[in-house]
Amino acid sequence: MANQSSRQPTITVTPEQYKSLAQQYTPKPTVVKNVVRAFFVGGIICVIGQIIINLFVIAGLNRIDASTAATATMIFLGAMLTGLGVYDEIGKFGGAGSIVPITGFANSIVAPAMEFKREGYVLGVGAKLFTVAGPVLVYGIATSIVVGIVYFFLH
Amino acid sequence: MDLKRMGNQTVVFANPPVILSSYSVVGPKEGQGPLGKTFSKVWKDQLNGEKSWEFAESKMLREALEGAIAQVNVPSGHIDFMLAGDLLNQMISSNFAARQLALPFIGIYGACSTMALGMALGSMLIDGGFARYVLVGVSSHHDTAERQFRAPTEHGTQRAMSAQWTVTGAGSVLLGQTGVGPRITSATLGRVVDYAESNVNNMGSAMAPAVADTILNHLHDLHRHPADYDLIASGDLGAVGLALAGEVLKQSGRDMGTGFTDCGVMIFDANQDVHAGASGCGCSAVVFAGNIMQRIKAGELKRVLLVGSGALHSSTSALQGESIPGIGHAVVIEA
Repeated sequence: MANQSSRQPTITVTPEQYKSLAQQYTPKPTVVKNVVRAFFVGGIICVIGQIIINLFVIAGLNRIDASTAATATMIFLGAMLTGLGVYDEIGKFGGAGSIVPITGFANSIVAPAMEFKREGYVLGVGAKLFTVAGPVLVYGIATSIVVGIVYFFLH
Repeated sequence: MDLKRMGNQTVVFANPPVILSSYSVVGPKEGQGPLGKTFSKVWKDQLNGEKSWEFAESKMLREALEGAIAQVNVPSGHIDFMLAGDLLNQMISSNFAARQLALPFIGIYGACSTMALGMALGSMLIDGGFARYVLVGVSSHHDTAERQFRAPTEHGTQRAMSAQWTVTGAGSVLLGQTGVGPRITSATLGRVVDYAESNVNNMGSAMAPAVADTILNHLHDLHRHPADYDLIASGDLGAVGLALAGEVLKQSGRDMGTGFTDCGVMIFDANQDVHAGASGCGCSAVVFAGNIMQRIKAGELKRVLLVGSGALHSSTSALQGESIPGIGHAVVIEA
């Protein structure tokens, strides 16, 4: 049965040709649909935030305190919906519309907390809490420092 | 010495090993898919009473392995080797399942091609005279894969249209030297092929050239044509990879015709929101152990080519900018 034939069968497509084939066969991202959904989902989340601010103002807080209280409330709602297993569904539908508002930030903290709790509170939750939100914090804080220095010298 | 090799990459078995039994266990989403009724067991939820996704996956694999043993009258002490693999770091699902089964164990990694790889290696062990019975099983779990390769499961993001959904499932086969059942007649072990796809959300595109390369060599080595098979199933390129592999083969002079499909396309319906189809070791394993084995036994399929396809990257290599190497391993199953 031994049959040592010489090598020859190799696909005749070059890497360059394959690249254009792959582009041709890979479905395009549904940009228009995503943008429209993000606009409405993000908009609805912001409207809810505004309603909560207004309610705090009616309850007697001044504008700045009402904004702070509303932010905390939105974080709570984002965290709770993550815990209930709802926010990932909102995220799948709304994309950037549910990631950019502060509820999305809450989701990016609570999701790893839930995921890594099984590895314990220290090396699980503690070490991996910021696996998703880490970049936002690092570059958000770094940017605020730079802006703060610029502001300091301009004034 | 009479080598059992043909051509470039193919081994032909002198005494083709028999697939004595097969068993498949899947999660609820797979159970709701078009092949739902072909699986041996469908779990009601992703955890099935275990305390973590990883424990659940290992238990699922154990159920699949024990299920295959239970179907035939072979005492587990007679099984000479257990070959198993999965996607998790250090293959914990397989290792912990092997701890329970207490059989001589060889852990194998071929990413999603592991089932075909295991069937090829198991057949070589049997035909080589090193074993009478070999148990082969693999598993994957959607949530263990998500947390290892992508993001925490509750994180709200959108998946790419070319992304594939990791199957929650474990499949196994028990191979024997003698007995009644379909036989594994030959195997073509693949080369690692890399056409510079680096998008981890398009693994079908990364694996398609490797699958095409293996199929091309297989047909060349055995002097066969696609029409010699009732079914050629890759596992799992998904819709994007299947179309690409077909096109690459066509441009290389092999028109695959209508008998070429993919386990990752078969297992889910279009309305199950999985985008380009399914992936994961478990996908081709449960589709083979369920649907394909049933069709062989019913006489519908006489000769099947199962081509497991693996994306051999890790999340570290992807972040460091490496492209995704692909591999394809093929086994021929004949009624």
